[in-house]
Amino acid sequence: MRLTRRELIKLAAAGGLGVTVLSPRQAAASAAAAAPQAMAVLVDVARCIGCRLCEGACKAYHGFPAGESDDLAPKAWTYVRFRALRTRRSHLNLGDGGADRRSYKVQCFNCVEPACASACPVAALRKTPDGPVTYDPYRCLGCRYCQLACPFQIPRFEWHSPLPVITKCNLCAERLAKGKKPACVEACPVQALQFGPRDQILAAAASRIADNPERYVPAIYGVEEAGGTSWLYVSDVPFEELGFPVVVREPLPAYTWRALGKIPGVVVALGATLTAVEAIVRRRMEMQREERERR
Amino acid sequence: MTLLRVRPGRALLWLLVAAAAVTAAVRYAWGLGAVTNLSDRFPWGLWIGFDLMSGIALAAGGFTIAAAVHVFKLHRYHGLLRPAVLTGFLGYLLAITALLVDLGRPWNIWHPFVMWNPRSVMFEVAWCVILYSGVLALEFGQVVLQRLRQWTLLRLTRLALPPLVIAGVLLSTLHQSSLGSLFLIVPGKLHPLWYTPLLPVLFFVSAVAVGLGMVTVEATLAERTFRHRFNVHLFTDLGRAAVVVLSLYLGLKIIDLTVRGVWPLLLSTTMESVLFMVEVGLGVILPLVLLATPAVRSRRGLGAASWLIVSGVVLNRINVAVTGMVRSSQATYVPAAGEFLITAGIVAAGLLAYTYAVQYLPVFEHESSAPVPEEGPAIRPQPDGSPRGEALLSGR
Repeated sequence: MRLTRRELIKLAAAGGLGVTVLSPRQAAASAAAAAPQAMAVLVDVARCIGCRLCEGACKAYHGFPAGESDDLAPKAWTYVRFRALRTRRSHLNLGDGGADRRSYKVQCFNCVEPACASACPVAALRKTPDGPVTYDPYRCLGCRYCQLACPFQIPRFEWHSPLPVITKCNLCAERLAKGKKPACVEACPVQALQFGPRDQILAAAASRIADNPERYVPAIYGVEEAGGTSWLYVSDVPFEELGFPVVVREPLPAYTWRALGKIPGVVVALGATLTAVEAIVRRRMEMQREERERR
Repeated sequence: MTLLRVRPGRALLWLLVAAAAVTAAVRYAWGLGAVTNLSDRFPWGLWIGFDLMSGIALAAGGFTIAAAVHVFKLHRYHGLLRPAVLTGFLGYLLAITALLVDLGRPWNIWHPFVMWNPRSVMFEVAWCVILYSGVLALEFGQVVLQRLRQWTLLRLTRLALPPLVIAGVLLSTLHQSSLGSLFLIVPGKLHPLWYTPLLPVLFFVSAVAVGLGMVTVEATLAERTFRHRFNVHLFTDLGRAAVVVLSLYLGLKIIDLTVRGVWPLLLSTTMESVLFMVEVGLGVILPLVLLATPAVRSRRGLGAASWLIVSGVVLNRINVAVTGMVRSSQATYVPAAGEFLITAGIVAAGLLAYTYAVQYLPVFEHESSAPVPEEGPAIRPQPDGSPRGEALLSGR
């Protein structure tokens, strides 16, 4: 989302004043329809040094084999993507040594209104009020409609298993339930990852840009993308250059709901019409027959 | 027995079914990756685009003709009803078979009935597939009951047909349109030539068109294979109906492309623009012109136009589910040999089931035994005790 200077100042001011002052109306305007207790993570691309400790912590916590990944996989729920820059730009932490590239963590965005959860026919994927989008393999059919629906191409499927499951980052739902931070956030040595309630994280993102407008691009990725996400990104390089996908602003479940919501009306109207037509035509044929018999 | 002559063909079909069974065994043992070129970036391929989406579309003749006969009481179409219901029933059974291969966890296929998510289009699709398969089984059960000479049961169940057919039309309407609605959730992924909020409407209207076309195609094939003659006027009538439906479809498409302002996309030569023009040009406009030309209203002309409609709708479903999704996926997808083998085996199984059904069940009724209009489809024991149509079976 592109922010105007005024919007940034407003968001930053709200952050400075604390959440309590944020009226529900303001919160709704900035943060889609996230539940009040929804948690979020801010990824600061400018700070990330590409050390991949987040990746290692994720694998260790979930019991996956260690090692570096270059894409998401059933046993790699996050990885650090490196992008070469077209024009060199001095790195916040690495200086000129890191001027030729940027790195950032990729994982499931745990959308505020997830397309995958609305697509899943058996609610194996669910949005929890705390923020995580969780997956229950015992419900799953393996139809892969979640993969089709996801605007970020995140869910992974075990293509080479006879008992496959869908896999993706669940924002460490188990840790959140115990009041802990996600494993990756805890592991980050340069505070490129910041965890907290989504409205506070949004305000923090805005103030980070407002405090240093020469460095940061005036945009927070994830404020409006797909209707808003639990992972938010600020950066000193435009998001397009970093390869962030351009996705629709409206929550995706709304697109299918517009059609699904019409079903009751269609059933009633069509059912009544067909029943009436059948009755009328049958009555008319009976009358014709009676007339013929009378003659 | 004329059917003896097609036996070498049957052997080939059985071979294809066997090859598909072996492929399916490999898939169940080593996973979908062992036999498909599907990937995380391209999770749906040939099986969804052809076996499922096209299979369900081609089954649309079942509800179209059933509505004509049982709701609008157009009894002159009665001779076409049973083949159409059979095709519909087989289409659904084969689509479910394809689904059992394509689903990653097919043992959970019953879950949508106990684990609900009414906000999911796939949830709606699952319910429609099962309920309408049930309706088709009951509709086709009539033919089986006749074969088993259960006359009392037959007459009793016949009373339930009108409400059953209405339920079938409702379920088909929902199902055909919901297959289009599935893709409403991919506004950024499906190519703009096909992505439109009208997808469910276009899928339904084209399903009616392909239903009419498929019935004609099937009848022309049956005439050749089973030496069964239909009254050509039935097909000219179906052709006229198809003209109306295709015109509506084309009109909707033109309005849709105009409102969304995507005509310029057709000017550049991309894979998508070529496929779109083939789909609409050969699958909609050409059959429309053929059917609207009086000179073409011969058996052959009607058959050709119907083949075009069927191919056009199949291409449309594949374009929406597969080819229209390729560009945005940043992946390449060409179906693997295993995918083609499964698809070929499923088509072969359908053809085999059809020929066996025609051989052992009274699917084709004699024109002469077509029911008298005011009585409805009466099947009563003849004075000599044998029911009508039964003579045909024993006479073959």
